[in-house]
Amino acid sequence: QLGREHQGITLRGSAELVAEFFSYGINSILYQRGIYPPETFTRVQKYGLTLLVTTDPELTNYLNNVTEQMKEWLYKCIVQRLVVVISSIESGEVLERWQFDIECDKTAKDDEGPREKSQKAIQDEIRSVIRQITATVTFLPLLESACAFDLLIYTDKDLAVPEKWEESGPQFIANSEEVRLRSFTTTIHKVNTTVAYKKDS
Amino acid sequence: MAQFLFEADLHGLLKLDTPIPNAPPARWQRKAKESGPGPSPVGVSPMKPANRSHSFSKTPSKTPGKSGSKIQSTPTKAGGDRYIPNRSTMQMEMANFLLTKENDPAEESPTKKEQQKAWAVNLNGFDVEEAKILRLSGKPQNAPEGYQNNLKVLYSQKMTPGSSRKNSRYIPSMPDRILDAPEIRNDYYLNLIDWSSQNFLAVALDNSVYLWNHASGEIIQLLQMEHPDVYISSVSWIKEGNYLAVGTSSAEVQLWDIQQQKRLRNMTSHCARVGTLSWNSYILSSGARTGHIHHHDVRVAEHHVATLTGHTQEVCGLKWSLDGRYLASGGNDNLVNVWPCTQGGGGDFAPVQTFTQHQGAVKAVAWCPWQMNVLATGGGTSDRHIRIWNVCSGACLSAVDAHSQVCSILWSTNYKEFISGHGFAQNQLVLWKYPTMTKVAELQGHTARILNLTMSPDGTTVASVAADETLRLWRCFEMDPIKKKEKEKANSAKSSIIHQSIR
Repeated sequence: QLGREHQGITLRGSAELVAEFFSYGINSILYQRGIYPPETFTRVQKYGLTLLVTTDPELTNYLNNVTEQMKEWLYKCIVQRLVVVISSIESGEVLERWQFDIECDKTAKDDEGPREKSQKAIQDEIRSVIRQITATVTFLPLLESACAFDLLIYTDKDLAVPEKWEESGPQFIANSEEVRLRSFTTTIHKVNTTVAYKKDS
Repeated sequence: MAQFLFEADLHGLLKLDTPIPNAPPARWQRKAKESGPGPSPVGVSPMKPANRSHSFSKTPSKTPGKSGSKIQSTPTKAGGDRYIPNRSTMQMEMANFLLTKENDPAEESPTKKEQQKAWAVNLNGFDVEEAKILRLSGKPQNAPEGYQNNLKVLYSQKMTPGSSRKNSRYIPSMPDRILDAPEIRNDYYLNLIDWSSQNFLAVALDNSVYLWNHASGEIIQLLQMEHPDVYISSVSWIKEGNYLAVGTSSAEVQLWDIQQQKRLRNMTSHCARVGTLSWNSYILSSGARTGHIHHHDVRVAEHHVATLTGHTQEVCGLKWSLDGRYLASGGNDNLVNVWPCTQGGGGDFAPVQTFTQHQGAVKAVAWCPWQMNVLATGGGTSDRHIRIWNVCSGACLSAVDAHSQVCSILWSTNYKEFISGHGFAQNQLVLWKYPTMTKVAELQGHTARILNLTMSPDGTTVASVAADETLRLWRCFEMDPIKKKEKEKANSAKSSIIHQSIR
């Protein structure tokens, strides 16, 4: 681990970091918004924080699939956005939408030397974003009914759709309020986070 | 002519692709009407023949137009039926669109294409030619049916049934006194009240500090900031009770003499407001919005003797332990740091412990008076938990969900209990028994979130100040007179033994 600290960032390393961040970020959102019961989450240490990840085996499997796929696509720089959509089970109405925009530096290639940015600096930035996600519970409206979540990924047009994935609409929220959270960058991938929620009428 | 009509009728009856006029509505049509804005009938119709074959006893009546009545009551599970219980993973509109657009002509004029593209970008938020959206199907089972999103329960809680236990002592549910605290700043991160050992309660109201003499009841205005925009962000009494340290929003730490009501020192070493202060005999520690903690030696001219950098956001909780060995600090970055009183090898102060378990800002920090190295911390709105730590081992001894923002924790010197102050929704003070962590009592009365707590020098009364601009004094740790005499006897006996052994 110590060796990685001083090596700088490669394309593959950056893809891994960002995919990992998404995995923990999605777990945090599922815990904080109460999509799954809090008893099914356990605490782990990551980024110098105590984070909550799910213990449900099916959900873990599902999220691992997504993370692996994201790693591949991030490495190829063909993914533009990851969206977590929270909608009510009863009515199917979209109540909350977490959007992670990814800006990929397409000039980065695997064979060129690692870029200058310490792991620690990136970890600090990721830590701030995760803390912000936790803190959003103070202003996001209550989710009254039982909710389910959906993952949408915006990719390049010509990408071959892999098995288990299907095309979908953007699932925007009608009449929404948007809040921009912090962003972090690995010098190869830059991730901006925004959360949109339904405005209380 | 008549025979053609007859023939037309016959043909009409024999043709199966037109709907039968005057027929009772099919079961699937009735269901669609019942469920209202559910999935479009396109998805439901394939089920029609199967449903039909299962309908028994409740056959629809022959009269047309009687559609709205609920003849069959099937339990509707989340917009589905018994064949497909949950349709949330299906996207009906999308599926319908994809099915029906197969045969659309691709001929379009260039301007129309431009227009379409503009519309697409507008509607979808991205260029359809450049990107497409994918969705992972096969989502795992949702949370079990009986699961109620308990955040709702959390925030709309009215009455906690916890305090129905029999208490062995009487704790009055009404405050002893209610004082006015007008213009108090409703800022979670400030520490605006402190009670001295000489029985003076110092209260910072915006840009002035008032002293209330508990014994006599008189009020003195100690100071007022010269600059109108500057406000007081923290107050702290020295142990002896003759000096008061005041932290301001202009990053100054002032030292005031109470006897003469004069300012003795104005120590400037911070660059942002000083939200919290704590004394350790002649060392005054101050925490600022930058996340830095400074140690000031108030006896010497060069007062700034040390800087502790352990927080990246505002330091809102700061407490020296009662034996002066450790300093506990809590910040808006959700961290709790425990600092030693002496520097480490390299001349730098490094925390002996860092606790990251809180998910919210940690303002409530308090050391246990009867057990060494035991620290209690409470988290803000995102966390709502009270945690007890052993700072030597770093273990979390216990954690309890208080269901509400924790602003302050105070340990009792008279009982094995501690009290915590809370915000939304009940704005109550909760007394907890230690170490069982059971609720002894809940004191309600404040109409807005509690900001700070402080205890009287005799340990019987707790003062709470809240955003409703009142200061309430609760006599919750009253000592039984018999028990008090026993305690005093025990104390005096101890001292005589010590004298004997020295002899």
